[in-house]
Amino acid sequence: MSTVKVITGNHAASFGARDSRAEVIAAYPITPQTQIVELLSEFCADGTLKAKFIKVESEHSAMAACIGASAAGARAYTATSAHGLALMHEMLHWAANGRHPVVMANVNRAMGPPWSIWTDQNDSLAQRDTGWLQFYCESNQEVYDTTMIAFKVCEQVLLPGMLVLDAFILSHTYEPVEMPDQELIDEFLPPFDPPYKMDLKDPHAFGALTTPEWYMELRYLIQEAHEKALVKVREVEKEFGETFGRHYGPLELYRCDDAEEVILIAGSTASTTKDAVDIMRKEGRKIGLARIKLFRPFPNKEIRDIASRVNKMIVIDRNISFGNQGIFFNEIKASLYQTKHTPPVYGFVAGLGGRDMKIDDITGIVKQAETCNIEEILWWGVKL
Amino acid sequence: MSEVKFRGAHDLPPCSISVTHELTKTGNWRNAKPVFHKERCIQCGICWKVCPNACIKLGEYPEWDMDYCKGCAVCAEECPKDAIEMEDERVMI
Repeated sequence: MSTVKVITGNHAASFGARDSRAEVIAAYPITPQTQIVELLSEFCADGTLKAKFIKVESEHSAMAACIGASAAGARAYTATSAHGLALMHEMLHWAANGRHPVVMANVNRAMGPPWSIWTDQNDSLAQRDTGWLQFYCESNQEVYDTTMIAFKVCEQVLLPGMLVLDAFILSHTYEPVEMPDQELIDEFLPPFDPPYKMDLKDPHAFGALTTPEWYMELRYLIQEAHEKALVKVREVEKEFGETFGRHYGPLELYRCDDAEEVILIAGSTASTTKDAVDIMRKEGRKIGLARIKLFRPFPNKEIRDIASRVNKMIVIDRNISFGNQGIFFNEIKASLYQTKHTPPVYGFVAGLGGRDMKIDDITGIVKQAETCNIEEILWWGVKL
Repeated sequence: MSEVKFRGAHDLPPCSISVTHELTKTGNWRNAKPVFHKERCIQCGICWKVCPNACIKLGEYPEWDMDYCKGCAVCAEECPKDAIEMEDERVMI
């Protein structure tokens, strides 16, 4: 029998790690993530979860400990946010380049200064090129589900994965979360068994120095693993859907079947956008939503498919690449270049630093996209 | 340990691992080689533990795999009995 608990997004992440049977958890507290590892430390203390909890002095060390654990063949988990993630940066490269499938929850929080604890996507998107898989979640249920999906995919391709949830909107908001039987989960996610692991009887240095003669080939293998990961995500999500009845996909389509316009967005704002789509549909507008769940590897095929069926794309970024444009906006445009059917793509930067994104904001953006200049970066809601 | 030869990316392990293959063969980087004084060795295993390339094999006494030892001298520095000395290998022309 599955159980339903009404819990926060943070605790959904903790339960996800518990039910994925994480074996080593190393973490350092940071708002708005702290509750994730707080609950996990309780699980470790009371024996609910048979895992080693390592207290560390920084996020850099947290990731280093996870990498060590993963190299030794343990299923390793951590969680962080914003400045903590930024401090981990070096170790993020190490985890991916060393091919250690650590899974981490990152609560999307805006970068300071000025200090902010509210949500936007710049912290995780700044780690775009570290080689991590990135999953953006829309609901607490999805946070729970994606933890085991991430472990399964990551362990098959030997790459680390980050599941991303919005600060407060998900992290501190209570929602019902269904947790399946442990037996079913264990069947879906067997124990981690890496092809190479540290062994005292046969000692080696991992990630040892490699000359220019072979370094590039090791990088090629990571790109290849990402391409494989894209296929695996589709497969694993399908299997997850068949087993547990919930399916998300790399790019979730909502009311897109006959859509002439589509909004593209990632994170919890997609829920608000679904309501906005329903309202605009009632008014006779043929509009849909394509929610970007998977950011790395980027679902180019799915993006091109939806682009080929619509006349207009509106991308809403809760992030910005300073000196250029919204990050999802750029990625989506790059994906469409040199394809046959490229509809106009409008990019809006909105909701930075936790600025609320309501239904009116989404409908307002769609309305503004009717008249605005596509050449310009489009800011929504800035007081000028 | 047998050495593996590579022809291309697909022969490689996903991550570079020391002392199994030419990926990490750094013996020719060496300026100085470790010289071992058996009579001073107390068989504590510290040299084996600290070698960053894991190129010291620990039998009764340590043995260095000179294809991989790059002469970093960490073993010599850490040996509590000075049983390892570094000898200059540079050839002056």
